[in-house]
Amino acid sequence: MRFIRIESQAPDTAAAASCNEGSGQVPKLDLPLARREFLKGSGILMGTIAATSVLATLAPSPVWALELSNLSKAEGQTLMAMGRVLYPHKKLPDAVYALLAKDLDGKADAIGMLRDGIAALDQAAGGRFSKASAAKKLSVVKAIEGTPFFNTVRGQCVTSLYDNDMAYAVFGYPGSAWEKGGYITRGFQDLKWLPAPPATASPPPFFG
Amino acid sequence: MAKFDNNDDSVVVIIGSGAGGGTLANELCQKGIKVVVLEAGAMQSSATFINDEWKSFSQLAWLDPRTTSGSWRIAKDFAGLPAWICKTVGGTTTHWAGASLRLQEHEFRVRTTYGEIAGANLMDWPVTLKELEPYYARAEDKMGVTRTHGIPGLPGNNNFKVMHAGATRLGYQEVHTGNMAINSQPRDGRTRCMQLGFCFQGCKSGAKWSTLYTELPKAEKTGNMDLRPESHVSRIEHDDKGKVTGVVYFDKDGQEQRQKARIVCVAGNSIETPRLLLLSASNLFKDGLANGSGQVGRNYMRHMTGSVYGMFKQPVHMYRGTTMAGIIRDEARHDTRRGFAGGYEMETLALGIPFMAAFLNPGGWGSEFAEYMDNYTRLAGMWLVGEDMPRETNRVTLNTDVKDKWGNAVPNVHFDDHPNDIAMREHAFRQGQRVYEAAGAIKSFRTPPYPSTHNLGTCRMGASASDSVCNAHGQTHDIANLFISDGSQFTTGGAENPTLTIVTLAIRQADYIAGQMAARSI
Repeated sequence: MRFIRIESQAPDTAAAASCNEGSGQVPKLDLPLARREFLKGSGILMGTIAATSVLATLAPSPVWALELSNLSKAEGQTLMAMGRVLYPHKKLPDAVYALLAKDLDGKADAIGMLRDGIAALDQAAGGRFSKASAAKKLSVVKAIEGTPFFNTVRGQCVTSLYDNDMAYAVFGYPGSAWEKGGYITRGFQDLKWLPAPPATASPPPFFG
Repeated sequence: MAKFDNNDDSVVVIIGSGAGGGTLANELCQKGIKVVVLEAGAMQSSATFINDEWKSFSQLAWLDPRTTSGSWRIAKDFAGLPAWICKTVGGTTTHWAGASLRLQEHEFRVRTTYGEIAGANLMDWPVTLKELEPYYARAEDKMGVTRTHGIPGLPGNNNFKVMHAGATRLGYQEVHTGNMAINSQPRDGRTRCMQLGFCFQGCKSGAKWSTLYTELPKAEKTGNMDLRPESHVSRIEHDDKGKVTGVVYFDKDGQEQRQKARIVCVAGNSIETPRLLLLSASNLFKDGLANGSGQVGRNYMRHMTGSVYGMFKQPVHMYRGTTMAGIIRDEARHDTRRGFAGGYEMETLALGIPFMAAFLNPGGWGSEFAEYMDNYTRLAGMWLVGEDMPRETNRVTLNTDVKDKWGNAVPNVHFDDHPNDIAMREHAFRQGQRVYEAAGAIKSFRTPPYPSTHNLGTCRMGASASDSVCNAHGQTHDIANLFISDGSQFTTGGAENPTLTIVTLAIRQADYIAGQMAARSI
């Protein structure tokens, strides 16, 4: 499991000091990843996590940003959109799908193939794949099933989308249990909506 | 830890430290026999095990290159990973779920019981259940198997409650929390199960039996064991008379070493064991060691498997507690009215989110897949495991086109499901889904086989040297001081999880080896 680093929403000190009158000015966000001087790559994916999401409490800030080294922002967005077609989870925020784009962006050997695949998706969608209707997106993706591009993106989804702290939180999987003493006193047999098996089938736990 | 000289030709060399090799090492050491254990993997411990599916997989799994062929779905879904077994001290006993079932009486003589089945290379074992019973009892005691030796069963988790409710509503009779080598109460210096839910990732509480922290430390205490982790054996050597003389291996620094031996026992699991015999081909043994019958690598079995996940309206939280928390045994019988020979077991199984994503439906995508993931906390899961048919054409061979990092040909695993396997899987899927329907499932999903954890039969034991590799004690027919000490010995697979039988055979083999050494027969 990986942790998605969400940048904290610490306001720029100068900006914060100058707007303490509640002028309505939106303070500049101090996003290290988003600062222009740090940007070497070609694309940045940014977004916010909805306050209503279960993840709002997990993240120090609702704002996230991921930098791409090889792909453009538009290409990254196409991959994110394709990820959502493949694994459509309403509750999974864009930040997780951005991770898919980021991980694919890191496959130096595959960039050419990915670029071609992305361009083909956009073309098949008649412009921007990410802006196409849900039905259009699905039919475009279905049409390329089994291609190396499809297989690369789908295969990457398995780890990029599902092996991170946000996915754990969204799907209700607590992950590591050792530090918490396992489930022996934390509900491993708390199911009440079915009859309990007899002690012959399922003896009580041992507590010394 | 004892340290024996590489030129000490009085030692028994054991290749592998899992259920077969680790047990054999301890049994021999207890009898005062000097043993060198060569383990390809590194040393871990309960402290270093990780409650994280992918990280643990990287830590424990055997990830050296392998190739696949055949019509089994694994060749498409996991072309480079035919088996999910381990490369670590303790072998796959770090990863196993703990289910410890004896094979049934008829499963030792399937050729007699089932008759001839076209396309299946059925053969009776050269040993009977009755002969093995005392050794089974010793194995169960050693491993602390629940519901044997007065050891209580484990408490069932939510996943088991769902299985139990559905199974009993269907009329199944033998439904309980299983015979598990997991402590239900403290025993043998190990704690009781904490219901961590990470049995597959190495047990961090040590409640689950593994040679890593039972057999191997006990062997070490005798002063008779020299355990060498990160030692990858590449070749077994022999003299002009056809007796094995020692092994060549690469140590943790990649240096080639040569360890002499009086006896060599191979326990590398059913892919590496035949591979090593084949890699050791020589002028005297052109088709590989102990391969006069031509059966080395053949009859590869991996059990008929599949899984069913049921989706419910209310929460289950199947990940809480032991992975294999309970069993239905009613379908384990041989009853051809069901349309197939042999039987199968139904055992609960749970995966975390990362492995559900990888294994629920490999290659699958779209809204149905997403729906199962979205409803993760409301899923119950079971694994189906049954006897598969041995086939000469299902085999491990050397793939000379692909080399491992030491320059040796990698194993290719070829497998085609037998029609009996397919009929049994269909029946098992249907019954698994019926169990969940009876418990109130909204829907259920048929998950195809995972990479094999039960790898069997590639150096089968038999009465005759013409059609088997080793005798009833795992001693190869062709080379008296070369033994097969793992699940490769299995003549046929039975329906049951194989570890208990592997341990049982290792205990029996140790008695035999000690006797033969004392008699100076080997």
